[in-house]
Amino acid sequence: MISVKALQKNYGSFPALKDISFDVSSGEVLGLLGPNGAGKTTTMRILTGFLGASAGTVLVDGHAVADQPEVVQALIGYLPEQAPLYPDLSVHEHLDFAAEVHGITGAKKEKAIRTACEQTGLTERLYFAISELSKGYRQRVGLAQALIHDPKILILDEPTTGLDPNQILEIRELITELGEKKTVILSTHIMQEVEAVCDRVIVINEGKIVAEGAPGDLAADTQRATHQYRVTVQGAVGAVTEFLKKIKGVERVEKIPGSPRGTATALVYASSDIRTVLTKKLASSFDLLELSTEKASMEDVFASLTK
Amino acid sequence: MTPLFALVRKELRLYFNSPIAYIFLTVFLALSSWFFFRGFFLVGQADLRGFFGFLPWIFLFLIPALTMRLWAEERRQGTIETLLTSSLSLRQVVLGKFVASFSFLLIALAASFTLPISIHFIGSLDWGVVLAGYVGALLLGASYISFGLFVSALTSNQIVAFISSVIVLFLLFILGQSIVTFALPGFIVPFFEFFSLGSHYDAIIRGVIDTRDVLYYLSFSALFLYFNYLAINAQK
Repeated sequence: MISVKALQKNYGSFPALKDISFDVSSGEVLGLLGPNGAGKTTTMRILTGFLGASAGTVLVDGHAVADQPEVVQALIGYLPEQAPLYPDLSVHEHLDFAAEVHGITGAKKEKAIRTACEQTGLTERLYFAISELSKGYRQRVGLAQALIHDPKILILDEPTTGLDPNQILEIRELITELGEKKTVILSTHIMQEVEAVCDRVIVINEGKIVAEGAPGDLAADTQRATHQYRVTVQGAVGAVTEFLKKIKGVERVEKIPGSPRGTATALVYASSDIRTVLTKKLASSFDLLELSTEKASMEDVFASLTK
Repeated sequence: MTPLFALVRKELRLYFNSPIAYIFLTVFLALSSWFFFRGFFLVGQADLRGFFGFLPWIFLFLIPALTMRLWAEERRQGTIETLLTSSLSLRQVVLGKFVASFSFLLIALAASFTLPISIHFIGSLDWGVVLAGYVGALLLGASYISFGLFVSALTSNQIVAFISSVIVLFLLFILGQSIVTFALPGFIVPFFEFFSLGSHYDAIIRGVIDTRDVLYYLSFSALFLYFNYLAINAQK
């Protein structure tokens, strides 16, 4: 569906993108993950034809964005990071404009507005001025605008920034729902978002792709590279951490506060798999209550990849 | 045509959904009528020369107020991204914005048409001169609009757009007037007069519509619309 080859973009002498290549197949939900300033927004802007690339090509459904921007733009619904809205228009006027700009008129237009509003839960706010809407509703209007011409591809730049937890869940559900029928590319720097909605994730840092794969696979890779164990024993925290530090292979011990009275919990970072040694030694000196492998979170994945 | 028409309608809605349109129309009609009637009964002549004579000065402040937001706001709100990634080409967007402001100017000038009508009943009005005056006002207005639009394309700050448009339009307008040209060597004066927005207007409101004057305004407008296109294109 989308094929990006050797994409580069320079802002003056600053290289924002250095050789980005990836493919997105039809019906896939792809996450672009990266810290702020990594090049996510630039990549998306080039995909939508808003920015020109310094080098490289983008093919969408077989059409080059640089040569046939109008054809490609008709296939894409785009929601920039800041929902692009006219505060002085009502929701209906805004969507009316968005539809007509895509050449949708008459009865079809009204139907498109109604469908987009139903999908995004805006029906009851249709005649509100956009300046009167909350941030969450504005984001929905932005999404409704991106959906108005029923595009095959949705490009969403940080669709949940600035929303409250309930709104975030709603928008994610909506994206998952839309992802069943459409190809979706979304950018984010929130790990849970990737785990919650994406089929595949590309991690970008400083204009380069540093990792690619299913969210679970990336976590598993990091898991193999890091060894973290959670230990809970009966006893004093100080004694336990001192004891743990002396075990061969342990790199670092972190106290974890908040364990019940009389028990101590610590996080052990090791350089190799030391589970057997750890169990034996701890069991011989303390009353061992818990010993478990700490799962690498997406945060760890992210931190290890973008270091 | 639908997308272009949609853009024109959106721009007009933005004028009329906000106080801008009403403030503009009120200030325009109040100022122009006041300037006009202030001298009208003293002079006792049934013509609109006073009205057309003051129009460039009223336009000088009102038209940049009309155009200052056209690009600057799109950029500040981020709507420029959806606008330029819609099925409209950049050429159409530039044209649509110009047509919208020009239509608004048409509405304002149409509202001032009560002046010649009332004078028509008081004395014998030379309708030819009046219509030439309106043609001149529209041509001058179109030039101000395309220039203001161009300046708005260069910034995301409305106030910067407003002030720089006013200053440069003012300079371009007085360029050919004797207050500027009296100190210049004689052979340069015709060039200054030719490039001045003011001298062509003076000729038209006297009732003489010369194709050279019309061409001047049309090419001035076209040139800055083209610059506008280049300015936005360069930012992509």
